[in-house]
Amino acid sequence: MPDKTITIRATRFDPDKDQEPRLQSYEVPFFDESMVVLDALNHIKAHIDGSLSYRWSCRMGICGSCGMMVNGTPKLTCNAFLRDFWPRPVTVQPLNNFPVIRDLVIDMDDFMHKLKLIKPWIIRKQELPLGAGEHRQTNDQIDDFRQFSECINCMLCYSACPVYGLNNEFLGPAAIALARRYNLDSRDQGLKERLPHIADSEGIWECSFVGECSVVCPKGVDPAKAIQQTKLDTTMRFVLPYGNRE
Amino acid sequence: MDFESYDVLIVGGGLAGIRAAIAAVEANPRVRVGLVSKVYPMRSHTVSAEGGAAAALGPGDSYESHAFDTIKGSDYLADQDVVEAFVREAPTEIIQMEHWGCPWSRNADGSIAVRPFGGMTTWRTCFAADKSGFHMLHAVFQTSLKYPQITRHDEAFVTKLLVEDSHCVGVVALDIRTGRFDAITARSVILATGGLGRVYAFTTNGNICTGDGMALAYRAGAGLQDMEMVQFHPTGLPFTGILITEAVRGEGGYLLNNEGERFLKRYVPNKMELGPRDIISRAMITEFEEGRGFEGPHGKYMHLDVRHLGEKVIDRKLPFMRELGREFVGIDIVHDPIPVRPVQHYMMGGIDANISGETEILGLYAAGECANVGLNGGNRLGSNSLSECLVFGAAAGRAAAHHAASAKAPTANPVAAMLWDEARRVESEYLEKKGGNERIGPIREEMQREMDAGAGVFRNKDGLSRLARNLGGLRERFEKVKIDDSSRTFNTEIVAALELDFMLEVSSVMVFAALAREESRGAHARRDFPERDDKQFLKHTVAFHTNTLAPRLEYSEVHITHFQPQARSY
Repeated sequence: MPDKTITIRATRFDPDKDQEPRLQSYEVPFFDESMVVLDALNHIKAHIDGSLSYRWSCRMGICGSCGMMVNGTPKLTCNAFLRDFWPRPVTVQPLNNFPVIRDLVIDMDDFMHKLKLIKPWIIRKQELPLGAGEHRQTNDQIDDFRQFSECINCMLCYSACPVYGLNNEFLGPAAIALARRYNLDSRDQGLKERLPHIADSEGIWECSFVGECSVVCPKGVDPAKAIQQTKLDTTMRFVLPYGNRE
Repeated sequence: MDFESYDVLIVGGGLAGIRAAIAAVEANPRVRVGLVSKVYPMRSHTVSAEGGAAAALGPGDSYESHAFDTIKGSDYLADQDVVEAFVREAPTEIIQMEHWGCPWSRNADGSIAVRPFGGMTTWRTCFAADKSGFHMLHAVFQTSLKYPQITRHDEAFVTKLLVEDSHCVGVVALDIRTGRFDAITARSVILATGGLGRVYAFTTNGNICTGDGMALAYRAGAGLQDMEMVQFHPTGLPFTGILITEAVRGEGGYLLNNEGERFLKRYVPNKMELGPRDIISRAMITEFEEGRGFEGPHGKYMHLDVRHLGEKVIDRKLPFMRELGREFVGIDIVHDPIPVRPVQHYMMGGIDANISGETEILGLYAAGECANVGLNGGNRLGSNSLSECLVFGAAAGRAAAHHAASAKAPTANPVAAMLWDEARRVESEYLEKKGGNERIGPIREEMQREMDAGAGVFRNKDGLSRLARNLGGLRERFEKVKIDDSSRTFNTEIVAALELDFMLEVSSVMVFAALAREESRGAHARRDFPERDDKQFLKHTVAFHTNTLAPRLEYSEVHITHFQPQARSY
């Protein structure tokens, strides 16, 4: 069927001209079962309307650029197949809970700031000299933090988070998961430095067990678990001396 | 007029760029570093690297062995002094990454594990499961956040290098979010902009790999070296071009033709699936031509079979491959063979730079895939490129910091004038242009199809000549391009136009360099000149910008130290 098409409705918003975002419809050829929503956006930009703005790069689910709301659900558009929607139209909107810069492009400066706040690097009382070789770490020890290290910073979890939606002072799922990633790393001794930033930040106690963040994560990270574990750490710090690998 | 000003300015926030930034600061804590990237750094294409990073770490390994494998893999076009320095530095860099939190996969005793890789005679590829690039990039990026001396300019697109008295003094960058043009000045500038795979249609490279740094340096007068040397990876997924890592074969996967035969026994009998990429890609195309490929909706393909490895090994060593198969092909690699075919993957060629990353322009450095320091020659061995980003990123960062200490600060007046000229150029060519009836998308797609057809795994004079003419035609059409987007805010169409301009520039260089190399060496396989010709072509091609599409080609000596060229067989 060479002339099968699918309707894409995409958010258009140019702050220089528009008061409000609106949806614009495009008919896109749907010629291959392997096509994803991102392919449809690329077709629009190349052949119909070059002014449609969105971010993308690797189109293999690892760079984290192309997250958008697809029919109301946060998804990586490189991994949202048209065949799952056709013949219904697909509505593509910018990720929820973020300011919109233009069209499908969100402002994620807030996350970049929060990422730095949680000190996402190995903290040690005394750095091992390079000449001493690697820290010994078993694969089982890596398994302790592995899932939290798989975060691609795609922002789907923030977009799904009801707490962040109400209060963007909340550190949020990915930042807390990444803090957890370092706190659980056998090479790291930075729990004491990170915990105040995490525990004293707003919102962590409002997080319920809803776990929308973990449901939408395209990489199998479970930020909800990280948040619950962090609450426990925070409580424990009043009862236990710091014992984290010091 | 005041400009943002740094001691060291780095263009590109991938592994080489960030490694350079940290090295500059560690070399001299007073150095102020600017890091400009057209995307947030963690989006950089390093993120897609899978298999691992090579270093002679293990007890059974040696520098000499890693060096020889690399030089033989390069088909003797690598500069041997550079290779020898590289293999000595690589293990330290792997340890440094470990100290920065990279979750390298481990041996039972907790030491860093290694896996076999193509063209390597021993196990020397360090890996973080099959997401090595992802983990390395996030580790180095997150680590970079602790250095207050590093200031990032995210989502800024560099359109021009500022050169004053043949000294690079900074860049002009378009701030994508606001549409504003800025001059960012510096005493040293490092280009670390990655590859150019998007000049091809079928590539593993992300949308951002458009040869920006190579085009910037070329237009500023630097040489581009060995641009005919393009790597085609044997195992990409049909249609998407998504990379299936060589580690699949390293862990024991088989490549099978439509007769269920491990056909590599006819091409690389001693190495089989662990032969080098150039030879295996040619073997696959040859099998296709002789009717032994599978036929699919997206062309011919082979089977990459890991079923015999079992679920446990696959989940431990190749979990991302299972995920990619499941999500993008609808197969479970535990039970199904993976369809694969050769796909553009890496550019061996790049900005001519020495062992410290210095280019011919004073104050301008290059590192990573956009550079050619002489490491990879005619064919890069898998897992040498992540290590290259570390070793030569760090070297360029240190050299640039050192240079910055003695270089004079740029003077404001010429910079202001250059900024004004450049902003006017881009605005008049794209934003304010009247008339014009060509679109970016169709020109880009045609360039990509032409490059696939004419500058692929096998080349010949007729195809390359036709390609050169057609690229000329596309350049003429590009002059008449009209863009739809008149907004200043996040105008990705202007970015796409600037990228296409760069891609048309570098693809022409690739084609003219390929036409001139009338021999077959490494990845450059000429059907009309099937033999390697050391007498005429044991030398680097260096291309310089002219006023026409065709570059001026010069040739330079290959540095040979201990390894005399021999016939290359595996």
